[in-house]
Amino acid sequence: MSEYVGLQGRAWFQALTGNDQPRTGDPGSVLTADAQVRRETAVFLCVVPNPDSRFPCVRDGQVGLEEAYALATRIREAIDDDRDKPKAEKRPIIAIIDVKSQAYGRREETVGIFLAAAASADAYASARMAGHPVISLVVGHAFSGGFLTHGYQANRILAFDDSGVTIHAMHKEAAARITRRSVSDLERLGHQIAPMSYDVRDYAKLGTLHKLLHVNNPIEPTESEIVEVKQAIADAIADARMGAEDLGNRMNSPAARKTRKAGRTVRALMEKQWVTA
Amino acid sequence: MEKIEFDYPAAKRRITKRAHVGVVGSGDMEILLEPSTTEGAHVSITTSVNGFRDTWKSVFDRFFSKFDGAASIQINDAGATPGSVLLRLEQAVEVIEQ
Amino acid sequence: MSESTFVPSFVNRRSFIELDGRARAQSLLDEGTGKELVGPFDRIESPWLPMQDAVPQADDGCIVMKGRIAGNRAVVISLEGAFQGGSIGEVSGAKMTAALDLATRDSSAGIPTAAVLLLETGGVRLQEANLGLAAIAEVIASILSLRQHAPVITVVAGTVGCFGGMSLAAGVSSYVVMTREARLGLNGPEVIEQESGVEEFDASDRALIWAVHGGEQRVGMGLADALVEDNIDEIASAVRRYVLAGKPAQHRSEQVELYRERIAALDTSKQIDPLTLREQWGLRDSQGGAR
Repeated sequence: MSEYVGLQGRAWFQALTGNDQPRTGDPGSVLTADAQVRRETAVFLCVVPNPDSRFPCVRDGQVGLEEAYALATRIREAIDDDRDKPKAEKRPIIAIIDVKSQAYGRREETVGIFLAAAASADAYASARMAGHPVISLVVGHAFSGGFLTHGYQANRILAFDDSGVTIHAMHKEAAARITRRSVSDLERLGHQIAPMSYDVRDYAKLGTLHKLLHVNNPIEPTESEIVEVKQAIADAIADARMGAEDLGNRMNSPAARKTRKAGRTVRALMEKQWVTA
Repeated sequence: MEKIEFDYPAAKRRITKRAHVGVVGSGDMEILLEPSTTEGAHVSITTSVNGFRDTWKSVFDRFFSKFDGAASIQINDAGATPGSVLLRLEQAVEVIEQ
Repeated sequence: MSESTFVPSFVNRRSFIELDGRARAQSLLDEGTGKELVGPFDRIESPWLPMQDAVPQADDGCIVMKGRIAGNRAVVISLEGAFQGGSIGEVSGAKMTAALDLATRDSSAGIPTAAVLLLETGGVRLQEANLGLAAIAEVIASILSLRQHAPVITVVAGTVGCFGGMSLAAGVSSYVVMTREARLGLNGPEVIEQESGVEEFDASDRALIWAVHGGEQRVGMGLADALVEDNIDEIASAVRRYVLAGKPAQHRSEQVELYRERIAALDTSKQIDPLTLREQWGLRDSQGGAR
């Protein structure tokens, strides 16, 4: 697996918003900017590495305490600002994702990073439930607690079809260690078992991804790619607005009907049994 | 992982209840015991410990020497000892004979 | 004439921790009201475990029981910590989400239905990786939907504790009940030691583990609501209390400004003393501030 560098997030945030600064008072690891997407203003959010962080365990781009609460703050700001607007006018919230993982530190555990992560997920979900279209664009890594905190509550998830893009529950080396397998064994297993794969094309088979987008090199966005990606984001926003405010579309997608059969069977059976219980 | 099946056609007494006991934890197992849909009793074992078919057979031969219910027994096993298996079977029988 | 016999309390103590997941669920519901849904005899097992030579469990380690608590409609969702560490796979995750969504549907239609989550779990089941993670995101979403209508009460009793992505489920819950033995955190001590080194967290230091993640600490610092003994009656009583209390005025995961300020005030130049956090944060909560 390639050495995580965390540059894709910033590159695409800059390309899509013309901006790469945190808001005043926010940590250097959280970038927020308003930008136009097809004639409306959307708020873009991104978590990037911050070597100057007060918390030593987030300096490589992990999502930690300050990151989670800054995200929650910015999202709740958008919810408050649009509180009285009709649903069709609630601003879209776009999460650009390239995060190494959650932060693995004693300070974080002591202070309660589980709650910080929950607060951010809560904010994203609250925005979605209030009618804001929430779109996630995975341009690099999206792992585990980092993704649960920043991006996984979106209405629609987009990702680049690139070997540098990985969505997964645990990094290969750690997963290999814990399951007592070699990394190459794990990779081989991933080819047979789609949910275990580190390949984003296999992730797409699970049905939670709205679209796979093609770019030549995620670290260097080109002018035409930026236009296409903005288009895809705008389309995803429109699609989200036509759908429900919950995550039900994930289990009902064509891919999910194939790969998540057992989960779907559970839902149907429980509904049947619930009413007579 | 191994799948093992046994039949005990002599176990013909009709049973009416079902029982579930146990947990598929390390060194433990779960049993689902129900009325058989065919004549006689049927045992189906899924185990993470391979190569012990004979041991399982002895356990069930012993069990069915005293139990004559036409039961369908499904076992998910993660390394329970023969003693534990018999204990769990007895627990299941207790439930259906209440 | 009566004779009094000394019976040590531990003889009569009925341990909740010693119960398996199913028995724990049953113990919290009003007598005779519990009905298991999608139980072991429905045999919806993990399709992914057998592919990797791992033995499945007929209920995939998640027990859903619908019934009543203190007369109110409720559903208890219990994770079996002894099966694959209580980890979340496609099926167990779907059972949780389905139960939460059905409780939401009933609650929206005028039948408030509380949910009680018994979380003994390490988080995502690695053998199902991305389906486990996706399921957890959906569980979090479903809790956030339900808690608008009815309380969602998480109980972490031990011995597995509540870690990984499911700690966010605890974080968005209306109320969290913990025993002293229980632990709650995003990353367990071994994971921290592996990722950040033994200086950062010595996973063999049991005192440190409970000082950081233990129930007494979490409740003391205001990150959980009630500290209970490992006793069935006490835990059932706490759950009943919260079912009757209904939705809280504000959820802990909505208190963004409060926690942001608290974190800004921390001295991060060295490790943070857990007891100090209890003094600084816990006191404020007990005075009715913030919670």
